Amino acid sequence: MGDVRLKTTITVNGEPCALDVDTRTTLLDALREHLKLTGSKKGCDHGQCGACTVLVNGVRINSCLSLAVMHDGDAVTTIEGVGTPDNLHPVQKAFLTHDAYQCGYCTPGQICSTLGMLKEMEAGVPSQETPAGARPVLSDDEIRERMSGNICRCSAYPQIVAAIKDVAGVAA
Amino acid sequence: MTSVHDWTPNNPVKENRSGLIGKPVDRYEGPLKVTGTAPYAYEVQPPSPPAYGVMVGAAIATGRISGVDIAEAQATPGVLVVWTHLNAPFQAPKGTKAHPRSSAGSRPALENDRVLFFGQPVALVVGETLEAATAGAHRVKLTYAEDAPDVDFPGSLDRAISPVGEEDMEVGDFPRGFAASPVQIDATWSTPIQNHCQMEPCASTVWFEGEKCVAHTSIQMVKPAQHGLAETLGIPRDDVHLLTRYIGGGFGGKGQTYDDLILAALAARALGRPVKVAYTRQQMMHGTIHRPATVMQVQLGAEKDGRLNAFSMMTWTHCHREGNFTEHASNFGRALYAAPNRLTGHRLVKLDLPGAGPMRAPGEASGTLALECAMDELAEKLGIDPVELRTLNEPPTDPENGRPFSMRQLVRCLREGAQQFGWDRRLPTPGLVRDGRWLVGMGMAAAIRGNFLLPAKCSFSVDADGVITVRQGMTDIGTGTYTVLAQIAAETMGVPLGQVKVEIGDSELPPAPGSGGQFGAATAGSAALAAGQNLRTAIAELATGDEASPLFGGRPADVTFQDGVVAIANRSETLASLIRRAAPEGLTVEGEIKPAQDAREWSQQTYGGHYCEVGVDPVTGEVRVRRMLGVFAAGRILNAKTARSQLTGGMIWGIGSALTEGNPVDVRYGSLLNQDLAQYLAPVQADIGDLEAIMLDEVDDKANPMGIKGVGELGNSGAGAAVANAIYNACGVRVRDYPITPDKLLAGMIARGM
Amino acid sequence: MRPFTYERAVDALGAVRSAAATPGARFIAGGTNLLDLMKLEIEQPQHLIDVGRLDLAGIAPMPDGGLRIGASTSNSTVAADPQVLARYPVLSQAIVAGGSPQLRNKATVGGNLLQRTRCAYFYDTTKPCNKRAPGSGCSALEGLNRNAAIFGASTACIATHTSDMAVALAALGAQVETLAASGESRTTPVIDLYRLPGDTPQIETSLAAGDLITAVVLPPPPAGGQIYRKARDRASYAGGLASVAVAGGQVALGMVALKPWRAHATEAALAAGASPTEAIARELEGASPLGRNDFKLPLVARLSAAAIQEANGRGA
Repeated sequence: MGDVRLKTTITVNGEPCALDVDTRTTLLDALREHLKLTGSKKGCDHGQCGACTVLVNGVRINSCLSLAVMHDGDAVTTIEGVGTPDNLHPVQKAFLTHDAYQCGYCTPGQICSTLGMLKEMEAGVPSQETPAGARPVLSDDEIRERMSGNICRCSAYPQIVAAIKDVAGVAA
Repeated sequence: MTSVHDWTPNNPVKENRSGLIGKPVDRYEGPLKVTGTAPYAYEVQPPSPPAYGVMVGAAIATGRISGVDIAEAQATPGVLVVWTHLNAPFQAPKGTKAHPRSSAGSRPALENDRVLFFGQPVALVVGETLEAATAGAHRVKLTYAEDAPDVDFPGSLDRAISPVGEEDMEVGDFPRGFAASPVQIDATWSTPIQNHCQMEPCASTVWFEGEKCVAHTSIQMVKPAQHGLAETLGIPRDDVHLLTRYIGGGFGGKGQTYDDLILAALAARALGRPVKVAYTRQQMMHGTIHRPATVMQVQLGAEKDGRLNAFSMMTWTHCHREGNFTEHASNFGRALYAAPNRLTGHRLVKLDLPGAGPMRAPGEASGTLALECAMDELAEKLGIDPVELRTLNEPPTDPENGRPFSMRQLVRCLREGAQQFGWDRRLPTPGLVRDGRWLVGMGMAAAIRGNFLLPAKCSFSVDADGVITVRQGMTDIGTGTYTVLAQIAAETMGVPLGQVKVEIGDSELPPAPGSGGQFGAATAGSAALAAGQNLRTAIAELATGDEASPLFGGRPADVTFQDGVVAIANRSETLASLIRRAAPEGLTVEGEIKPAQDAREWSQQTYGGHYCEVGVDPVTGEVRVRRMLGVFAAGRILNAKTARSQLTGGMIWGIGSALTEGNPVDVRYGSLLNQDLAQYLAPVQADIGDLEAIMLDEVDDKANPMGIKGVGELGNSGAGAAVANAIYNACGVRVRDYPITPDKLLAGMIARGM
Repeated sequence: MRPFTYERAVDALGAVRSAAATPGARFIAGGTNLLDLMKLEIEQPQHLIDVGRLDLAGIAPMPDGGLRIGASTSNSTVAADPQVLARYPVLSQAIVAGGSPQLRNKATVGGNLLQRTRCAYFYDTTKPCNKRAPGSGCSALEGLNRNAAIFGASTACIATHTSDMAVALAALGAQVETLAASGESRTTPVIDLYRLPGDTPQIETSLAAGDLITAVVLPPPPAGGQIYRKARDRASYAGGLASVAVAGGQVALGMVALKPWRAHATEAALAAGASPTEAIARELEGASPLGRNDFKLPLVARLSAAAIQEANGRGA
């Protein structure tokens, strides 16, 4: 079989993007190689590190484990849609202030994951840290468990927790 | 010839008039990193659309490629080029140095039919798209004449020999001293192969501009990469412009060139268009270096009062058949504790495993997992507190060579740590503390890591706006190089941080050795300070020699630099107005640092103390680090924020070494079991409890002109041992075979009747 | 990946008919496991039928007091569902013990059930594996098999099934509802969905080619407390060494076999009044560890006894 291409329209950071992609193209590669939005990172390409985390219709997912053609009509938010160097989002500012990154490669995924995580908290999605039957509270351990889908090999983990607590308005 | 005494005079960094040295400022490149706009090597946008290269790894550990069938790969739609050793372009033979002063020789890829390790790149497929190239790579059919791999490290200890050029270090008479000691510890620890797992896999984007090869890659050291690529391609070194501006983690694993760079360059030249090549995560595990496994025997002989009579640490380790790397896990022990009778050394066996090499705190990371646990066992045997045992054995001078310590605050680190952590609440008898379902214990360990200074250059420029630009062929692998260079520049030139630009990671900038061995900040920073001092001199001469300047006629030595203003007493003007008028094209000067001739007359180390509290689940043997504190002494700290991050990061590496990380060898195939990040378990957020790192005030005048030392490796040294000792205190089980996984701890608890 | 065609299914019947009519067709919904394996060419579909947006989502009460969970409901949605949290907490706990939040947001109930083993030799395509390349041999048998099965393995395959969710579903006695190309709907107990390896480890389920999982149906929850516990090497985002789901007197074990292992012997012993420790020991009499995975016996024994005890406490 030769290559199969399909036309797909994905709204990325508020802009409708008409793509003509190989069916094999992942959402991550569509962002990075086709749309030149290289903020979403490829750390493992198998859903094992979280560096590719983006928000699809407001929900955080691993963009490496999804095909671009599966997202026709979806609204995708990448790190580029969160804020810019001159106009940082509060979560980005908190990461900067708390030094919640070192090499920076996992950072866009951590930040997108934080945004998704805070929404999940609001929605009452449980984690294995949440006591049975209780509504989750954003404790340090809840943050740690809920951010465990994003590996940081530089290990800025304590700083990431501090940044998230800061931005979520929890006393650090 | 430089002497450390030449570094004693005051300089702008020591004076720190603006207070920028040590200040916890945000990272210089932070706004780019938190917005995803810092382009890493695979993300640099080339001048025309790139082709995509995908490598194929060998399916055997050792032998020869006996058959090559690339027909299907070539026929794959979108595939442009398929190379194996049969048709790869010419490269200079391995090790060639056409230029005798090249810092690295040729390292050809796809060189011949020999397979030297599992996963060795043996083919390259370049396609119009990543999907096409990947599909093509899967269609490359290779057959092998396989030799039986010699990869069983535990089974080859008796073949291990002293590394070439190394002798055991002997002081006094260890066997006699040990035999005569009333209290002895003699035990063996083992550590597994570990992988760096930098979040960014090695990657390169390369194109040619005429004869010039423009290569963006992810590497810790610029010059060897530039020279090695030029030598391999057989072109003049100046025809390679190598850039590595943002690096997604290094940890020692990106200290050398890999085939992504070589193959991307070859393909870019052959195709006449930009080519990008990256290792897949799976390929990283075998295709790049790893921390080798060790077996470490520690023998401690002590008097009943706790003083060490005899100290020995022998390390067995391995490296690649054609490699030359020793995991010097015994070395740090030579400077740590006093004992009149000493024996330390290493035994190395060469195997058909992938390349062994440096990984964060090489030597200390593995070695402290043995020695610092042995000290814990000795303390228990003696009935002495582990902190006191270490204090008792504090040497007045270097215990091997008698040299004075340039600065040694180990005991202070240990005491401060004990106090801040609440060490006095620890019960020496294990297994007595419970919190819910968890058994709780505390452990501690000492940290040590040597200090080095290497030669480096740096340039400083000032332009007509008074903006200072620092240029250096240095790298920032997440360590904070951009930021500390900006701080040094701003402090030295008396300008606000916002008036400084930093350009690094470029082979056309003044050379620096790069990031590694904890020497980066001291080396690069000292060169920057020198450049700054030279620029101050040039500006002072400019101002005092310029009739239009209010400073005219003054003594250059009296010129001060602060708040963007140059002044002599109350005569002043802004730096910008001076330059705009007197040197509108700007000024550029270079500075240089060289190691002091007499630096080795002092024993130079950084130190620390780790304190850890863990919970052990008595049902499953699962361990959770509840809290951990490190107190460190590492010279003057340039940036309290980035240094703390380095240290806590290192501590977490210690937690990973203690609890989760390791890659077993399947001796049948010569391959590692864990080939991705689901199988190789680097710590995640949930593994890490409350963590803190404290840095003591220190200035080490023997280290370099700034009195700073490094922290990148120090946090890792000893951290895992503190975890292991805490586990013992929690549940009474000592596991000497790392990592301490639930299966091993469970077996120990069952054996204790728990 | 090999090239493939792609269609977005309009309705379930259309999806199963397309699957029956198209060679090499596979369903995709979340894709978190299928794409993982396609990238390694362990899976090589020629045609993907995207069922992710079919009307198979949603969680609704059943007339008998049970609960029906649509197959394309995301794992996160199930874990957060108030009815699940209130009446089937073991299911919610099991789901959040697996993968990462990002994976659970994407992965669906149907896909979770059909995830393939995480055996390292299955993933390493340079090694023999009867599941991946039937007849090539089992590399794990004499290999680094610390995480191998202790129940129901064969010399052809000693891998485990690694779904956490499926263990809870097994304990709850859930049924899987499937749709065939004929239009016929069928229900199968979750524990019968999976086949033990025998000589044909490549055949993993009792589904016929082209069958689509449309829902999971939970019977009313059994009386008694519920709990899921999992032991693992890393605190989160890691496969298990062993797990146990308890729902009243019903017990299932995870990561010990190529299927979620319903501990019938334990259940019978508990019903007969045995202590949790005695009851789990009955089950483990049937275990066949291989050496490197011997630790799973005491681990399962201790983990299960503690979980049963705790569930009893909750149910009281």
